[in-house]
Amino acid sequence: MITLAHLLTLSAVLFALAVAGIFLNRKNVLLLLMCIELLLLAANFNFVAFSRYLGQLDGQIFVFFVLTVAAAESAIGLAILVVLFRERRSINVEELNQLQG
Amino acid sequence: MLPLILFYLFATILVIAAVAVIVSRNPVYAALSLVLCFVTSAAIWLLIEAEFLAIVLVLVYVGAVMVLFLFVVMMIDINLEELRAGFTRFAWLGWIMAGAIVFEIAGVVLTRKLGIDVTRGAAPLPANYSNTQELGALLYSKYAYPFEIAAMVLLVAIVAAIALTLRHRPNMKVQNVGRQVAARASERVRLVKMDSEHRE
Repeated sequence: MITLAHLLTLSAVLFALAVAGIFLNRKNVLLLLMCIELLLLAANFNFVAFSRYLGQLDGQIFVFFVLTVAAAESAIGLAILVVLFRERRSINVEELNQLQG
Repeated sequence: MLPLILFYLFATILVIAAVAVIVSRNPVYAALSLVLCFVTSAAIWLLIEAEFLAIVLVLVYVGAVMVLFLFVVMMIDINLEELRAGFTRFAWLGWIMAGAIVFEIAGVVLTRKLGIDVTRGAAPLPANYSNTQELGALLYSKYAYPFEIAAMVLLVAIVAAIALTLRHRPNMKVQNVGRQVAARASERVRLVKMDSEHRE
């Protein structure tokens, strides 16, 4: 029988991997966006698990909204990425220093 | 017993795919691994009887968001060597952070017990239970306003994405619709009165 502990452990491992991914791929904006998607997936896992095991559907509604906002975020993030690449011919985070003081 | 075996199978695939996302050399492989992550997550959500969200995850994420990611990966021509340089320089910090997060979450779950028994299974649902129907009833009553706001967020995202990527080239030949509509016959046709000429 799948227990809540199984799902929480899986979600924690997924979240930790995504955070490690942000450190590893800190130069590549595209992979940073993918790691953010993984973080949101891990958070959604907790919402679904608690919703199911507490018998309240509100958590699943919240996952629905998180999916909506995440889709909007990735659409705008990728649009910014395309504009950035068009201007700079690069998506290296270290070259994005025009706004420094 | 079978659900647990399936859970371990999908969880293993999910973790391996997540590792592949963060360490893969090629962004295309990373995006495809992320697709595998979403598909296995949807399978696990099906196992814990969250059917609607499992289908939505496949349709929205695999069907739309990851296709968008793949489009962008294929469209831009990035120098991978430059982006991979120093890949392992802060890797130790990343793994320490990851370990710390797992340790903290485990600490909270184990010491505070969350007020519930985390080692029990979920209460079985009745045979005629429809997850989609229950979610729909909740979404269109209690969460009707947040639902409308979510629709507005998506609309704003569409407008913002198009406005950001719309390109104005200086020499592009386009119709000026406003001027075309405002044109009058007097601006287009000039009637001249003149005597007919005679052949010599």
